[in-house]
Formats: sequence, C-alpha cells, structure tokens
Amino acid sequence: MIDSLADQHWLSLLTFAPLIGALFIVISRMMAKKNDDGVIAGPDLEQVESNARIIALAFTVGAFLISLGVFALYDRSLAGFQLVEEAAWIGGGISYKLGVDGISILFVLLTTFIMPICILASWDSIKSRVADYMIAFLVLETLMIGVFCSLDLFLFYVFFEGSLIPMFLIIGVWGSKGTKEFAGFTLPSRVYAALKFFLYTLIGSLLLLVAMAWMYKQAGTTDIVALQQFDFPAGAQKWLWLAFFASFAVKMPMWPVHTWLPDAHVQAPTAGSIVLAAILLKMGGYGFLRFSLPMFPLASADFAPFIYALSIIAIIYTSLVALAQEDMKKLIAYSSVAHMGFVTMGIFTATKQGIEGGLFQMLSHGFISGALFLCVGIVYNRMHTREIAAYGGLVHRMPLYAFLFLFFTLANVGLPGTSGFIGEILALVGAFKVNSWIAFFAAFGLILSAAYALRLYRQVMYGELVKQALMSIRDVDRRELLSLGALMAFTLYLGVNPGPALDVFSPSVDLLMENYDAALAAGALR
Amino acid sequence: MGIFQTLSFAAPELVLVLGAMALLITGVFAGDKSAKKIGYGCVALLLVAVLLVLFSPTAPTASLFNGAFRIDAFSSFAKVIIYLAAALAILMSDQYFANEKLRRFEYPVLIVLAAFGMSLMVSATDLISLYMGIETQSLALYILAAFKRDSRRSTEAGLKYFVLGALSTCLLLYGASLIYGFTGSTSFEEISRIASLEGANVGLIIGLVFLISGLAFKVSAAPFHMWTPDVYEGAPTPVTAFFAAAPKLAGMALFARVLVSSFPGALDDWQPVIAMIAVASMAVGAFSAIPQTNIKRLMAYSSIGHMGYALIGLSAGTAQGVKSVLVYMAIYVAMTIGAFACILMMRRRGGMTENISDLSGLTKTNMPLALILTVLLFSLAGVPPAAGFFGKWLVFFAAVDAGLVWLAIVGVFASAVSAYYYLRIVWFMWFDEPAEPFERGAAPVLQFAAWGSALLMLPVLPVFMGRLIEFADRAASALF
Repeated sequence: MIDSLADQHWLSLLTFAPLIGALFIVISRMMAKKNDDGVIAGPDLEQVESNARIIALAFTVGAFLISLGVFALYDRSLAGFQLVEEAAWIGGGISYKLGVDGISILFVLLTTFIMPICILASWDSIKSRVADYMIAFLVLETLMIGVFCSLDLFLFYVFFEGSLIPMFLIIGVWGSKGTKEFAGFTLPSRVYAALKFFLYTLIGSLLLLVAMAWMYKQAGTTDIVALQQFDFPAGAQKWLWLAFFASFAVKMPMWPVHTWLPDAHVQAPTAGSIVLAAILLKMGGYGFLRFSLPMFPLASADFAPFIYALSIIAIIYTSLVALAQEDMKKLIAYSSVAHMGFVTMGIFTATKQGIEGGLFQMLSHGFISGALFLCVGIVYNRMHTREIAAYGGLVHRMPLYAFLFLFFTLANVGLPGTSGFIGEILALVGAFKVNSWIAFFAAFGLILSAAYALRLYRQVMYGELVKQALMSIRDVDRRELLSLGALMAFTLYLGVNPGPALDVFSPSVDLLMENYDAALAAGALR
Repeated sequence: MGIFQTLSFAAPELVLVLGAMALLITGVFAGDKSAKKIGYGCVALLLVAVLLVLFSPTAPTASLFNGAFRIDAFSSFAKVIIYLAAALAILMSDQYFANEKLRRFEYPVLIVLAAFGMSLMVSATDLISLYMGIETQSLALYILAAFKRDSRRSTEAGLKYFVLGALSTCLLLYGASLIYGFTGSTSFEEISRIASLEGANVGLIIGLVFLISGLAFKVSAAPFHMWTPDVYEGAPTPVTAFFAAAPKLAGMALFARVLVSSFPGALDDWQPVIAMIAVASMAVGAFSAIPQTNIKRLMAYSSIGHMGYALIGLSAGTAQGVKSVLVYMAIYVAMTIGAFACILMMRRRGGMTENISDLSGLTKTNMPLALILTVLLFSLAGVPPAAGFFGKWLVFFAAVDAGLVWLAIVGVFASAVSAYYYLRIVWFMWFDEPAEPFERGAAPVLQFAAWGSALLMLPVLPVFMGRLIEFADRAASALF
C-alpha cells in the first residue's frame, strides 16, 4: 500500500499545488465585473480580494497538509532520495526529476509551514492589489518547493532563478514608502531595494549557469545523483566550486555580498521579509550542501579556511553592525547574516556535528527570524514606523506581545531550551573539532547577539510609556497569536527535543560524509 | 532532375512569388480600397507556403538549379518561422495603417516578396543565389522602411537603410568576388572542397571577412549595427515588428549555412571573428539600451544584443552550436513579435505612443497587457522559467562545449547588464503611478499575437522545449 502510494506524483502535486491556487485567483479576477475603464472596483473588488485571501490560505494550508503526507510516506531510516519521480523534458540528460532526502525534506516542510503564516500576516496589512499579492506568494511557494525537491541541476536552476521574479515584484510593489538617492537619481527606495535584490542574485547565479554548462559537457547529464557520483578533476573543481560559491554566497548571504539583504528586508512587506529570512536565505545553505560539498569535495576542503574566515567576519562584523542599527528590521536582517555565518561555518567543517548544526540552525532560524519579522510587522501595522526610537514601554500596553517578543529574542540569542541553541552549539562543536580558534572567534557571536537583541528588547519594551501615540496601541489579536504560537511551539519543541529532526538529517548526512571522506582519501592518493 | 521535379521542390517559393505578382496586378487595377482583401490574400499565400513546406510530398533533401539552392530540414525549419512571422506582420499592421490612413495594397505584397527573398536566403548554397536572396529581401525592406512616405522620420529611415544597406552589399560582393577569385567557384560545396585541399590562404580569409561583415550588417550585429536604432524608430511600427523578427532569422540562418558548409575547415580563422562580433553586439546591446526612452529604440538595441547571443552559438561552429542558434532565433522571433504586438497596442487619443514612461502603472490600468509584457520582458532578459532562458542556456552550452568558456562568461555578464533595462520597464509597469490609460479596443489579431507569444514563452515552450530542440537538432544536422 505504502509502496504504491509512494509511486504517485506526490512531489509534483506538492510543488504545483500553490500554482493551481494562483490560477484560481487569476480566474476569479478575470470573472469579476469590470467598469468602463476595464478596472475592477467597488464591491466587486472587495469580493475578488476576499476570495483571493481565502484561496491563498486554503492552498497554502493544503500544500502544508500534502507535505505532511509526503513526510509520512518518507522513510527516515534511508539515506538516499525518496519519492523520486522522473519525466522526459529537454532531452540529452536533462530531465524533470524530483525527489527528497533527509537534507531537503525538512526544508520542504519549513516552506509549506511558513507560507500560511505569511498569508495570515498579510491578511489585513496588505490593502492594495490583494489578488496580485496572493498570486505572487503562491507562485513563489511553488518555486521554493521546487528548489528543494529538484533532483536535476537544470531544473534546480530554473526554480532557483525563477523565485527572483515574484520576490522582485513583492518588494517593489508592496514595499514601504520613502525615497533614495542613487547615482544622481531619486527613486523610491523599495524600487532600489527590489532592483538590488534582483541584480545581485542574478549576477551571482549566472556564473553557476556557466559552471553547469561545463559540468553538463563533462558528465553528459545534469542529474544531481549522477553529478554527485561524477569525479570532476581536481583542477576544475576549484573553478566550479567558486562559480557555485558566487551564487550561494549571495543568496545566503555571506559577508561581503550581504548588502542587498538589509535593503530588501527593510523595504519588503512583513510577509516578504518572513519568506526572505525563513526560506529564501536557506536556499544558499541548501545549495552548499547539495552541490558544493558532495560534487566538489576536494575544492571544498581547500576552500574551507576561506569560508571560515568569511563566516567569522560575518558573525562578528555584522553583529557589531546590528548593534548600531536604528531600524528594527535592519537589526534583524543583520542578525540573520550573523546567524547564517554559523551555518556556513558548520557546513564546511565537514564534520557530522557541523553539518547537522548548520542544517538545524537553518531550520531554527526559519522559525525564529520569521517570528521576529512577524513581531516587527505587528507593531509596524499599528504605528507605521520601524524606528526603534519611536517605541518604548510597550510592555505596559502589550503584555502578551512583550512575552512573545521576549521568547523569540532569547531564542535568537540562542538560549538553551530553544532551537537556536542546538544549532549554534552543534556548529560550534563541529568547528571546535577542526580548529579551536575558529570556535573561539565564532563564540563571540553568541555574546554579541545577546547584546544587540537585548538592547532592541529593552528599548522597545521597557522604560516608561511616554509617547502619546503608543497609548492606545492594541495587544496581539487572535490571528497574530495563532501564527506566533505555532512558531513558538516549534521553536520550543525543537529546542527541548532536537532528536526527531536530527534523526531525519542523520542518514543523509552520514552518506554525504562517507562520500566526502572517500573522495578526499582518493584525492590524497592521486 | 527534370524541370518539373525541380519546380515541385520549389513549390512554396513559386506560390509566393507568382501569387504576389497576381495580387500586385489585382491591386493596381482595384486600387487601395482592396488593400484589406489583398492583405488576406497574402496571408493565405504565406499559409499555403507553410503547408507546402510542412507536408512536402517529396524527399526532404534536394539540391536544385545546379546546386544553387538546397531544400533540407534546415531551410524548412527557417522557412516555416519566416512565413508565419510574415503572415503575422501583415495581420498586425491593419489597425495601424487604418488609423494612420495609410492602408495601401503594396504593403502586404512587399512583405510577401521579402519573405520570398528570405526563403531564397535560407536555401542558398551558392554565392550568386545568396546575393540574389539578400537583394530580393533587402529591396522590399528598403521600401517598407520608407512606407510612411509623408513622414520625415520614415523616409529618413528608408534612405539610411538603403545607403548603408548598399554599402554592406558592396562589402559582401567584394568578399564574394575574392572568394571566387581564389577558389574558382561560387558553389559552397566547391569552395569548401578547394579550401580544405589547399588550406585557407590569405585571399580567401580576406574574402571571408568581407562576407562576414556584409552578413553582420544584415543581422544588425555590432560594429555594423548603426542603422538599426534609427530605422527601427523611424519605420512604421508594424514594419519595425517585421524587421525585428523574420529578417534576423533569415540572416542568421544564411550566416550559419555559409560558414558551416563552405568554410568548415577554416573554423580557426572565422571563429575569433564571429566571437568578437558577438562580444561587441552583446556589449552594445547591453549598455546602449540603458539610457533609451523610446521603446522602439530600446527594442533595436535589445535585438542587437540578442544577435550577439545567437552569434555565440554560431561561433562554436558545431552541430550543437547551429542547433542552439536555431532554437534561440525561433524563440527570439516569437517573443519579438509579441513585444511589438504590445507596442502596437500602446495607443492614446488616436495616436501611437512610444515612450517607455507611457507604460507607467500599466498594471493598474490594463493588467492583461502588463502581464503579457512582463512575461515577454523576463523572457527577453533570459530569466527562467521563461523560454528566453532556454535559448540562452543552449548558446552558452554550445560555447562551453566548443571550449569557448570565456565567451559564455562574457555572455552571462552581458545578460546581467541587459536584465537591468528590461527590469526597468517592469518597474515602470508595476511600481509606478499610472499614466493615462491606453485606448481600449486593440484589434483582435494584436491581442492574439500578444497572448499567443506570452503563452508560448510561459508555459508552453518551457514545458515542450524538448520538442523544439528535437526539430532544431534535425535541422542543424542537415548542414553537417
């Protein structure tokens, strides 16, 4: 029974379910009555918008349920790819191939879990062009699930790059107000941020395209499993590694190519920031694990010190930058860069603890940073400012909010008992095994993160409530509580009992390590 | 081969040229009132020609008129696209010319004659027939560029195109005569045989370079691109739509056939030349388009850039390379026609508007058009999952496959730069406050062309890319 179920096209269904939802919204938009100018207005518009919200929520929740089904069908004791499906596509070794393993399955779940929260976070806060907004999010979800499910490098690239388009529109259309001076032009800062996001990521990934062409020439296929077994010559590995690095480092983002992230985060609407922090950044780390480490083991080993250096700079430098921020979203954005430093460091230690720590950190950061952006969004919706200085003493008016915010602040700092702790400590243990100095410097990140996170909390929450505008601020409502509660449950559960998640990673990470060590040994003999 | 059998192979061309003459005579007697009917007649001719190519009852490969022309999978692939593009160019023009009070029966006939010239170009296997094809095409195009003869811009465009076109033809002829002088033959096959026997000597190489220059002019590749923006801007918009699509494909196909079938042995000599032209075109296309405010000029630079990418595939000089050129050009033609259909829908208060800023806030005033244009722009920029990306992937792969990794790297950076100006239009449409809405009531054929092109780019072609590549593969292997 299970076997026959596993043969079905579960992953395709999961990947394209949100897209079907988007089509429904398009249809409802097309069916709506239009006035003489060909524009939908008045009660018709409200109808279309409320339909769009409900369809989007239904399909994101539906996708989440399907992903739970996929997770139920997934056999955690096996290391290889499961639920694999393949169809002819371009020919000549490029096919439509999907599958999940221990490394990707949890990211798929993370994606489908975060998306309904994003829709809920945008329920009232998005007031213009709601239907378009929901379509963009559903398309984005399809592309993100596709990234984690692809078992073909070419297909991966299509999803990976394609995800830029909806995100570009989300930042540019629904971003916040304000203008920016750039190269003599004055342009809306959301447009600046959207362009910067798009072009940075595009330029990073284009080198990957050339590398992919070269690999395809050598191996005759872009099948990920085949490429992982293909033995690329040591000299070529360096160039290929660098090309992949260019793409994933920008996405991650690693210092010094992280500068697009604060801009994008600040300008994006709340749900856009959540998706960006919780999922899009994880594509970089996922890419390192899926491609760089297994396909170019020799180069990965050679470049590991370079990665450590960048990671430590990211951890310390961006934490210091975060300390100086006056904008809440910017502060969290810089803290994301610092936390991603732990991920890259952990992954390239190429130890079991390090890799699992990196994976766990990505997962936990998905919940925590998502929740933090949601928290900022909650006060932003009420006050329309993200300036830290505009707040103070919120604890008097919003006790529940203060509690939730405190919880996630501490989780972000890596308090034991929350998932943030597990990831960081594992990554540090992995680093310690390689070189204790790396761990020593990286540990500064823990201290600094406490400094900036608690500073933010103190300035926003404590003190006397003196600002008139804040007197009438409402506490969190039920919808916000639902989202934050769900995120909190996962953060706590994974923090207290990380076993289940680590068990899912473990077989695949073991396999990865085994191949990696074998490749290094073979490389040393040559 | 008997004369009747030969003629039966040339049936599509015969239908076009005889039909065009018959319609021309009819037009002369019936006057401009009959312009619309003659237009439909011309479309019918082109569709019959498409059917004749597709369902040719005879063997797919044949050499005609003592080796002057060759009918094979390669020419058939190009012809089908050329005829369809020409038919659309006629249909799409009607509303424009009706509004400009310029509906004349010569227009569709000239398009058919140009299509006839192009089909000679794609099957030419002799320097003489190559020249014949190019001239037949070009003469029709010169007139078309100046078609709006009371407009200074249009006549200027026609004159510019004519003078520079004549210059390029001189270069081409000079090259052809050198090649003839050094090999003693005008047939591609003979040239190839003699060149490989004696090795490519200096005279032959110089001839080849002149020939390449002439052809580069025809496909508007840099540094022979100067005419393009002015002609694109000055010519009536439906004519520009035609210029940007079919002739580019025909030129590129001719380019491929000349280089691959007559100079396969001299690859080392012409590869750097083509590669440099490709780099120059990509650079011009990427950087010069940035400051443009007129969308037709922007499309001109964009097409120069696209020729650069296609030439990357050609410079590989392999079957893989020619295949990638064909796929690239097929996708390019489809998206260009769609983009110009959108431009033709940019009407305000009875006149055309051509400024990019006129598209501001289009998503708020006309979502369908904005959506179509968005898909086409991302496809032009080569961002996946739109079809344009697949074309780029194929040419870059062909370059890497032939050992030209540096060229692929230049190509990806050029496409990153060019992504900016496509994105700029998207930004105007999505992020800015709306300008005055466009007039409603665009002709159904424009809507059809725009929707069809956008749907082809996403999702039809990306899903069925394997089929298109298969066709192109068959066509490309006919040259080797």
